[in-house]
Formats: sequence, C-alpha cells, structure tokens
Amino acid sequence: MSVRKLPAPEANPETSPYWEAAKKGVLLLRRCTACRRAHHYPRALCPFCFGDRLEWQAASGKGSIYSFSVMQRAPVPYAIAYVTLEEGPTMLTNIVDCDFASLRIGMTVRLVFKPTEGGAALPMFTPD
Amino acid sequence: MADGVSTRGLVGTRAGHGPCLDTARATHLASLEWRGVAGRMTIKGKAYIAGAFEHPTRNAPDKSVAQLHAECAKGALEDAGLTKDDVDGYFCAGDAPGMGPLSLVDYLNLRLRHVDSTETGGSSYLVHVAHAAEAIALGRCSVALITLAGRPRSEGMATGTAPRQGNPAQPDLQFEFPYGPTVVNMYAMCAMRHMYQYGTTSEQLAWIKVAASQHAQHNPNAMLRDVVSVQDVIESPIVASPLHRLDCCVISDGGGALIVVAPEVMQDLHRPRVKIIGAGEAPKGQFGGDVDLTFSGASWSGPRAFAEAGVKPADIRYASIYDSFTITVLMQIEDLGFCTKGEGGRFVADGNLISGVGKLPFNTDGGGLCNNHPANRGGMTKVIEAVRQLRGEAHPAVQVKDCALALAQGTGGVLGSRHGSATLILERE
Repeated sequence: MSVRKLPAPEANPETSPYWEAAKKGVLLLRRCTACRRAHHYPRALCPFCFGDRLEWQAASGKGSIYSFSVMQRAPVPYAIAYVTLEEGPTMLTNIVDCDFASLRIGMTVRLVFKPTEGGAALPMFTPD
Repeated sequence: MADGVSTRGLVGTRAGHGPCLDTARATHLASLEWRGVAGRMTIKGKAYIAGAFEHPTRNAPDKSVAQLHAECAKGALEDAGLTKDDVDGYFCAGDAPGMGPLSLVDYLNLRLRHVDSTETGGSSYLVHVAHAAEAIALGRCSVALITLAGRPRSEGMATGTAPRQGNPAQPDLQFEFPYGPTVVNMYAMCAMRHMYQYGTTSEQLAWIKVAASQHAQHNPNAMLRDVVSVQDVIESPIVASPLHRLDCCVISDGGGALIVVAPEVMQDLHRPRVKIIGAGEAPKGQFGGDVDLTFSGASWSGPRAFAEAGVKPADIRYASIYDSFTITVLMQIEDLGFCTKGEGGRFVADGNLISGVGKLPFNTDGGGLCNNHPANRGGMTKVIEAVRQLRGEAHPAVQVKDCALALAQGTGGVLGSRHGSATLILERE
C-alpha cells in the first residue's frame, strides 16, 4: 500500500511555537489567563473573551472521537476526524494506524505525530 | 441589536456538546430581537423579485465565465421586462472573476448607484436578495441585478474530493489543510455525528435524493433525470463515510440571475408579484474549539426570517433547501423548525419531500442533487425555483397548488467547519 503524503503546515509568527513544539512531539494548547479557557486552533487573542494574555499548555494527548469520516475516494484512503481533547477543545485531525472499519464516535484515542513533507510533524490520533 | 436582545449568546454559553439550540426558544428570541428593530426598519414588502433566470447549460467548455454572467443577466432582465439601462444596483460573490464587482461591472458596462460583493459561498445570493431589499428600502437603488456563473465541470474541478489549498494567511488553513479536509468528508462528519446522536440512517438520507430525482424527471435541463430508489442510493459507492455517491450533488457549469426591484418599479411590470417578506443571515464556525456539528446556521437565520415575515414553518407551502448533500437538507429542515431537532430522518422519509405526495415539497427543479449546481454554489437556483413556484411557473407535474408562501434556504462554505446560512421568505401578492 502506498503511503499518504502529508503537506507541510505553513506556520506564521502567531503560531510558530505550536509547530516548534510539534517538531518535539508536543501538542500545545492556548489557554487564556483571564477566562481560563483553552481553545483551538491557537490564536493571539482569546476567542472567548478577547483576553490578550495567553499561555501555552502541553496537552495530555488523550481525547475521544467527536466525529469522523473515512475518505474512500482518495489515492490512499484516510480518516478525518474531530477529536475532543481531555482539556476541552475539539480539533480537526486524522485517525491513523488502525482498522478504519473499527472506528466509532466516542472511542478514546491518544496522540501520535506523523512527518510531513519538509515541515513540522502533524499531531494525529490512534485508538487506545 | 437595537435593544440588546440577541440570540448570539446561546451557543457561547453552551458547554461541550449539549443538546442543540432549541428551535422554539430560538424563534422566541428572534422575535424579541425582531421587535427591537422592527420599529426602525424592515424589508418586509419593500422589494420584489421581478426577474429570474437559470442558464440552461450544464456543460459550457465553449463559453467564458464572464459571458455566462452576462447571458444570465440578459435572461433575468428579459424575464422581468426590463433593460440593462434600468439596472442601478449590482450584486455578485466569489464566483465573479476579478476584484469584487469591478471587473464584471465593467464587462457588463453598467452605470450604478450601489454595489455589494458579500461573499458567503453558495448562500451569497440569498444574502444578496436581502441586501438588495435593504438597499432598495433605503433608496440606494431601485433595480438590483444579482448574477452567478461558473464552469467547474468543463474545467475538470474535483469539487468535492480534493482538498483545496487556500491562502496561507487564512487563519485555519495550517491547522486543517494538511489533514485532507474535502467538501465531502467535512459534510460527512456532520452526517456521522447526526447518525450517532439521533439514530438517523442512510436510508432516511437516501429519501432526500429520491425526492429530488422524482422532481428532476420532469426537468429537461436536469443533469440526472433518472428516478432513483433508496436502494440505488445506499448501494452507490461510499465517497466519504457515511455519504454515498448519490448523497452528493452534481458538478455542473452554468449560472443564474435575479432582478430585485422597488415596489414602484414592480407596478409597471407585467409579471406575477413575488414579494420579499422576511430574511435572515447567520455565519457559524467552530466556536474556538467548542465544535458542534449537530446544527447549522439555519437555526439562527431561519427564526430571524420567520419573525420578520410574521409566519411559521407550518405556513410554508414550498421550500427550496440547499442540497449540496442529503445531510445538508436534513439539518436545515430541522434547524428551520419544520420538525424538531433529531426528527429530520423520520421527517424526510417515505416521500414527505415529494411534490403532490408529502407535506413539504422541496427543490421541485431537482435541486443540486439532480438538476444543477452552477459554480458549486446552489443558492441562486434555490431562489429561482421558489420564484417559479410562487408564479405558478414550475413544471405542471411538480407545481404546488395555490403556492402563495415559499421559503428559500442557503448554506455556503463548509457545513462541518465554517459556513454561512441565509433564509428568505417570499410571498405571492
């Protein structure tokens, strides 16, 4: 089976800490110091209260599948998913290294990283 | 909001993935919201749709996109009984080649008092009708032209199955594009969640395609005129689970145009009067990671439109509902209040959307699922078929008897990530 090629994410000054951490195998979340809520994707201003003092927090890497879809009409089929992290936010991602037919909503998953073509590794998830 | 009453807080205060926005409550809040501004300004009865034209082509390798826009403009003006020189307002969206409206205004050689290039994907043209009515109510223009055209079919675009590379400055792009989001799999995740949460089945979704195909058999321009069965849909190949090939709309070239006019212009025209009586618009996104795929922006735009029009979902005789996929229709039907949240699967089953058979005749031209999805943007054709129904000009086999009140609903962008919703309520005068 051929391997699915992953395009490199294009970081910018606002997001480079996220991708630098991803290179080291860490998934970062942004948490607002004013309202204390974590969000995703990461922004410089809190999307809940516009607080402008935010901190980076390493996610535990534990989560569960909120929804998913297996893309069959592709050179190499893949599973896109929304995973709800233990910390609260739900992120768009892929579910990998598994039998796609076994995937179910609510299934617990854990973080893995997959290399891209010339960029930071991508945080993805695999069933526990 | 004039009185500070808004429905916007509803989602922000909802933690996690609790029950979806309650439609009755949203309707109540929209009516409060409406009362706050109603004393100042309304578009109800301030403008009419005088002209509507759907380009007959479905494959146009021999035409340019600008040419298609012009042919649609000409068709809609002729339908209304107006000329190019009467147009003083122009509306277009992202399908228009060039900078906003400037290239097409120049190409069409229009002299205008008002332009608007609001872009909310396939729902743009319903927003344009509402914005045209607003502009007319304020005296900014009196004859508004709205055009749409495109050639995704002859350009060989993999509309639904290839991830679309965007502008790197688009803030979500780096966090989504590498994972392979396509149009189909992002809508498919809404269907998967709906099935999980409410027990919706593939067979129920298939009924939406069945109804569209029943209507399309009477449309000589429709791309897919063969009547299909529930079995045909669920036996067609999976594109992105749980959506099958026949859960998806067609890919077609073509376009359409509308003419929205002031009451004093309508008076002198010899066309049935289609009055705009209510409109609502609402974008919806991912809420900073508080993702909820169980409802669409129609749960906000719908109640706003109903409140302005002063009518209820049960009053609607015909509904055009954006049908990029079967799941799109099902979610909007729930969110507009035609049934309660989670009951959409049962509501659409057993032919309930078929004209002459069911309670809510929908997309009697065959819709995007069977007829036409020009430029991958189905909002324009939704308005056009609603106008045909209100005029009594739909195909006799699908014409709703005494159709005096119709709804047109659009969704643009991507249901599973960020989309625009727009609702129009139209009345035959």
